[in-house]
Amino acid sequence: MKISVSCLLAGILFGCGLTLSQMINPEKVISFLDISGNWDPSLAFVMGAALTVTFIGYRTVFNRKLPLFVDKFQVPTRKDIDTKLILGASVFGIGWGITGLCPGPAIASISFGGNNSIIFVTTMTTTIFVYRYINSKV
Amino acid sequence: MENFSPISASIGGAMIGLAAVWLMASVGRIAGISGILGGIIEKNDNKAWRLSFFIGLIIGPQFMAAIDPRILTIEFPVEGPFLIIGAILVGIGTQLGNGCTSGHGVCGNALSSRRSILATITFMTTGIVTVLLTKFIGGV
Repeated sequence: MKISVSCLLAGILFGCGLTLSQMINPEKVISFLDISGNWDPSLAFVMGAALTVTFIGYRTVFNRKLPLFVDKFQVPTRKDIDTKLILGASVFGIGWGITGLCPGPAIASISFGGNNSIIFVTTMTTTIFVYRYINSKV
Repeated sequence: MENFSPISASIGGAMIGLAAVWLMASVGRIAGISGILGGIIEKNDNKAWRLSFFIGLIIGPQFMAAIDPRILTIEFPVEGPFLIIGAILVGIGTQLGNGCTSGHGVCGNALSSRRSILATITFMTTGIVTVLLTKFIGGV
């Protein structure tokens, strides 16, 4: 119960942050990526602020041995740079540049983004699940 | 720099960061949306935490809208086939690359992960190039 409520709160706060910063608005994202047009640097401020808070916050959190409600921290440990990382990031960036959407804002917009949100989230989620399923069988 | 909104951007970003820190402090997890989503299909853990997070993510904007409904007015640069293609690329790319703007961009970079730093530089670059190209080709 404590786990579910904690995650619900995290999600709400995350969704609020995405909304206030207007990251839920694909055009806002595109106007950052569009360096040749009417450039809007806001996204850099969003990421900068998020990074700063997380950087400091994580350091504080990891001073404790354990999380509050589970028995371990699950932090990725890989340090290698491989083709999959670069290829994956490249492909993700292309999709992001075409639509102005990435997973977080897309899901956050389901309740008000209309057909476009639903189409994007359904397609993205299906793709992800199919990818993961195939990957697990290979 | 017409719509530059440094204050709401910074406060909103700080809220995102706080959410990420809370998720780590409470349940020891990275707030990487593509990872939280993709993990639903793995036979590893109890899914409740993932679903709870997503419910929160979906209702969060409505709390903000209670203060000002205009905040939910959004515009999509593409629809139809391009939207679908883009969604497929985001789906494949985030899984192949193990992350997205939240997973790598916020959390991974906050951990000084060289994988995340490189991933972030990469998707920012291809994102920018893609927008430049679509403008050049025109009408997309």
